[in-house]
Amino acid sequence: MVFDEADRIATIELEQDRDVVRARSRVADAMKECGSSELMQTRFVTAVSEVVRNALTHAGGGTLAIYAMPNKRQVGIECRDCGKGIEDIDAAMADGFTTRRGSMGRGLGGAKRLSKTFAIDSSPGKGTTVRMIGACSLR
Amino acid sequence: MSDKILETTLEVLKEDAEGILADWIEQADEDGAKRIDLFSEKEERDQAASLLRSFRLGVRDASKDGEFDLQDEHWADLRGILSEITHERVERGVLPGEMAALILALKTPLFERLTEKLESDPERLIEEVLLLSKAIDAFAIYSNEVFIAEREQVIERQRDEMMELSTPVVELWDKVLTLPLIGTLDSLRAQEVMESLLQAIVERQAEVVIVDITGVKTVDTQVAQHLLRTAAAVRLMGARCIISGISPKIAQAMVELGVDVGEVRTRSSLRSALMDALTSVGVAIRPINDDKRNAK
Amino acid sequence: MNAAAIYAVEGVLLVSITSDITDTDIIDLQEALSKRIADTECRGVVVDISALEIVDTFVGRVLAQLTSVARLLDAETYVVGMRPAVAMTLVELGMYLPENHTALTLSHALDKMRQSGLIDGLRRG
Repeated sequence: MVFDEADRIATIELEQDRDVVRARSRVADAMKECGSSELMQTRFVTAVSEVVRNALTHAGGGTLAIYAMPNKRQVGIECRDCGKGIEDIDAAMADGFTTRRGSMGRGLGGAKRLSKTFAIDSSPGKGTTVRMIGACSLR
Repeated sequence: MSDKILETTLEVLKEDAEGILADWIEQADEDGAKRIDLFSEKEERDQAASLLRSFRLGVRDASKDGEFDLQDEHWADLRGILSEITHERVERGVLPGEMAALILALKTPLFERLTEKLESDPERLIEEVLLLSKAIDAFAIYSNEVFIAEREQVIERQRDEMMELSTPVVELWDKVLTLPLIGTLDSLRAQEVMESLLQAIVERQAEVVIVDITGVKTVDTQVAQHLLRTAAAVRLMGARCIISGISPKIAQAMVELGVDVGEVRTRSSLRSALMDALTSVGVAIRPINDDKRNAK
Repeated sequence: MNAAAIYAVEGVLLVSITSDITDTDIIDLQEALSKRIADTECRGVVVDISALEIVDTFVGRVLAQLTSVARLLDAETYVVGMRPAVAMTLVELGMYLPENHTALTLSHALDKMRQSGLIDGLRRG
């Protein structure tokens, strides 16, 4: 999944937890602009919230880019961090996986389920990039 | 190819528009493309006339720059009129073959006239006939595409209407809703059902909802999961969910599938679910005495 | 803290959360709330999330923790005002919040608490 054909409509530096709130509200606006139903907007913003928070808490920060997809009925995001990366992606995607105590670890797997398309690219020492596309309607 | 493509065709179209139109309609009639039961003589003629007019304009402009491409802006007008006419014909129930036959019937009058005009120049004749034939074929195909797209829209619309029909959320009493499910419950429909149920809970401020599955054909693991998730979402909203209409057969199947209904309340009949629901909102159904009955 | 406020209403603690609450705010809220429960000895807590456009796994987890802490302090927690889209998304995330009681609105929650005796004779002792 690449966003070559898509319009980048916003870039948000993720440095503190206020930025997570900003990221959510900017993605919500983008979904509204493409005529999303409330349900689809809620689903995708939730997915973005998971991914963005992951970047902040596990990698100390990152960058979120928001794209309007060429077909106008979808919004894409790319969340890139320079953290230590994920060793076992499959394990990280499974519900229940967590590297923190007390966290229930549904984040990444949940984000995948809540988005239309989900791709994760990570290797130890090189950081993690998550790309997701959210659709504006079920059909 | 000459730089003035379809030059003779254009001449013919200019000189004898009325004659071509009349011959075209006659030919269409012969080919079985006329539907006098659906369109009046005048409507049929008006449609053909406007098609022919934009066809001529398209040929004129396309000839100027020597290009020929259906997606070109020169043909935008014709494409628009074709879409419009096709749309109208789909609405009235014309068959796709009949629509194509109508357009293809235009070949006959044009070819006849070209043959006359270019009697002395067979090479030129073949060139123009080939190109014109290609053009008309392309429009027939285009019209067919529009036809299919129109049909799909009709199907989509009917699907939506059926969807609404098949998920009626009914208010049984103050604060009590029921959702009688009928047919099959796939993931997409389960989502839509859940959405309209939750929306109704907010709108009617409902405290109990009964999801009745008497009319659901089969309950497999997936359907059972959908039902349980619906019940979970209803609880998150702050209302109670009762699943009714669980036949002995479905109950057995659910146990065999290892579906754990957990905290979700289930009832075999809508009747007992209703009693349960009414009790929880503080209402009871009681028999009335004979005096009152007779007074009615 | 602006993103969340705790009010004492009819002998219960009403917590209202606004849509721009951050993770730090909500952790602060959790601490402030447990202190208020202990101070007031109230038996009921209502968390109004009607302003929340989304509840992700983090917020869901905090809601569950907050409820468990409250229960240890002998108070029951009702989550009220969840939006339909939020409920559907949480279910899809597999977060059913089994620890929490739920109600449509604050007044529904107050009714339920009255019925279960949490409000009448609210203060212990």
